[in-house]
Amino acid sequence: MQLVLEKRAERSGTIALVSPLLAIGLTIVTMVILFAILGKNPLLALHAYFIAPLTDGYSLQEIAVKATPLVMIAIGLSLCYLANAWNIGAEGQFLIGAVAGSWIAVRTQGTDAGAWVLPAMLVLAAAAGALYALIPAICKVKFGASEILTSLMLVYVADLFLDYLVRGPWRDPHGFNFPTTAEFDPVATVPLLIEGGRLHLGSIIALLVVAAAAILLARTIKGFEIRVVGAAPRAARFGGFNANQLIILTFAVSGALAGLAGIIEVAGPVGHLQPGISPGYGFTAIIVAFLGRLNPVGILIAGLFLALTFIGGEQAQIAMKIPLDVTKVFQGILLFYVLACDSLILYRFKLVSSNRQVPRGAG
Amino acid sequence: MELVEAIILAVLAASTPLLIAATGELVTERSGVLNLGVEGMMIVGAACGFAGAWLTGSIFIGALFGIVAGTMMSLIFALMALGLAVNQVATGLALTILGVGLSGLIGARFVGERITPAVHLSIPGLTDIPLVGRVLFGEDAFVYVSIALVVGVWWFLYRTRAGLILRACGDNHVSAHALGYPVLRIRTFAVMFGGACAGLAGAYLPLAYTPFFIPGMTAGRGWIALALVVFSSWRPGRLVVGAYLFGAVTILQLHAQGWGVGIPSQFMSALPYLATIIVLVMLSRARSGGSTAPAALGTVFVPDR
Repeated sequence: MQLVLEKRAERSGTIALVSPLLAIGLTIVTMVILFAILGKNPLLALHAYFIAPLTDGYSLQEIAVKATPLVMIAIGLSLCYLANAWNIGAEGQFLIGAVAGSWIAVRTQGTDAGAWVLPAMLVLAAAAGALYALIPAICKVKFGASEILTSLMLVYVADLFLDYLVRGPWRDPHGFNFPTTAEFDPVATVPLLIEGGRLHLGSIIALLVVAAAAILLARTIKGFEIRVVGAAPRAARFGGFNANQLIILTFAVSGALAGLAGIIEVAGPVGHLQPGISPGYGFTAIIVAFLGRLNPVGILIAGLFLALTFIGGEQAQIAMKIPLDVTKVFQGILLFYVLACDSLILYRFKLVSSNRQVPRGAG
Repeated sequence: MELVEAIILAVLAASTPLLIAATGELVTERSGVLNLGVEGMMIVGAACGFAGAWLTGSIFIGALFGIVAGTMMSLIFALMALGLAVNQVATGLALTILGVGLSGLIGARFVGERITPAVHLSIPGLTDIPLVGRVLFGEDAFVYVSIALVVGVWWFLYRTRAGLILRACGDNHVSAHALGYPVLRIRTFAVMFGGACAGLAGAYLPLAYTPFFIPGMTAGRGWIALALVVFSSWRPGRLVVGAYLFGAVTILQLHAQGWGVGIPSQFMSALPYLATIIVLVMLSRARSGGSTAPAALGTVFVPDR
């Protein structure tokens, strides 16, 4: 007997609903095994990861702060993936957005520039992120170069460019030679929602982005085009939809959102530009997009969950000396289970007898 | 003269991991599977390779550890992409994310440790020949293995029946299946070969290139290897040219930084990545007539009974 895959007659709605939960369950089982191998008490570790951050107000705010860039980037990526365009360079678009927005903050530092500074930073960051994402999109549409590889290569370039700026022209002269710009002026800082707290205006922007994406996908022709081009390219061609135009559009939108997320992170929780402003948000957002089933509301929930693992990972490191890399392993395993469980929406397992007659090839 | 020799040696050393990883991926892609997880398999190979060498004191065992680790990683990919018919692009990304985390976890306790790097061949008389002696007869074993690997893969793909069947799976899995070839099993072996090569390429870095392990030491080499496969038009011969060209760009920028050219080092470090983009664009453009990629590359195959 042999286990084989068989295509379902139609996609299973039940499994589509439970598959993310099943994936999280399987991931937790795997993590228990991993914690045991590392010689840590699995129950205590799970508590530190998933329960402890939910029990105090500071951590709850911190989860929302971490979820903000994840959700914004993932919404953009989901539009790309729905249209079958593979933008995996969101990390680079995030960094370029952060750099472009910081340019205004650095140039206006110490001047009496008014309230226009922050809005200008946000707009410029989004524009820069969109332009940076257009490089792989145009290389793909005009020359047929793989957008996967070019967008990824640009992550390294953006990283080095940021590094050059904060070590060179933009370095804080009073920063004891640390590679960082000076702390941004109050007019160049994202305002907090609660005085003395962590939660900032960026989280509201992220919620607006989720709402806008939900409307775009469910209620507009463009949203329909994006879904058709990805799901049924042939039908889309007959319908007169232009796949290349959608690649350009979805890359630009996702780049803009990643750039916006970048400047919000820098002008918000971080407060200045420095290397290492992102613990891999651009890559974790890929997991968020898939865990959220490329659906805006799903992405919001998935973003909060992944943010929980970041905070939980930090707490587990402090409380139980569990290495931070466990969080990355956790996220990788989670993505595997999500993809595997999603496969069961379209396919089912079937037992077949293995002694079937296999015809031999000619020769 | 001395400088020319030193540069050639450095280029060979920088090219070898690219060549090994790209050769493995070329076989995988020729069977019709796009495994984007090369970077992840390489970095786990680097961590496990260093662990093996540090624990046993043997470079050979370290390299074996790297190969086994890369193969295990590729088996996860095969299970997902071939067994469960999951999208190959997404699975490959997941493999890289997982690999980066795993290598950090495995390698954490080895950061700061040193090993004796792989010895270089030394044949009295031959190795001492000026200019070419050390280039031809004074390399470490990995360099010779990488050359043997490319020649072997070329011979396998174009001169054996098994290679022909593998290419058939990559060009038209439905026909290959109709002829009775076990497409998924063949692809699994191709994926495993790719994983083994990526693991070996990763292990090369801490075993021969630098005698210590740092997290993230592959620095995108797995992705450049993927681009090299495109550059080579899926042909082993052109892969050698591509790998050495990229090694040369890497060494050139390092030397330029050393000579104090008035360009910030970060711009020079960005050169290999920018070169990859430019090459991809120029090649794809030159090929606008028709694609040379295996026709079934990256497509899901679920055999009907």
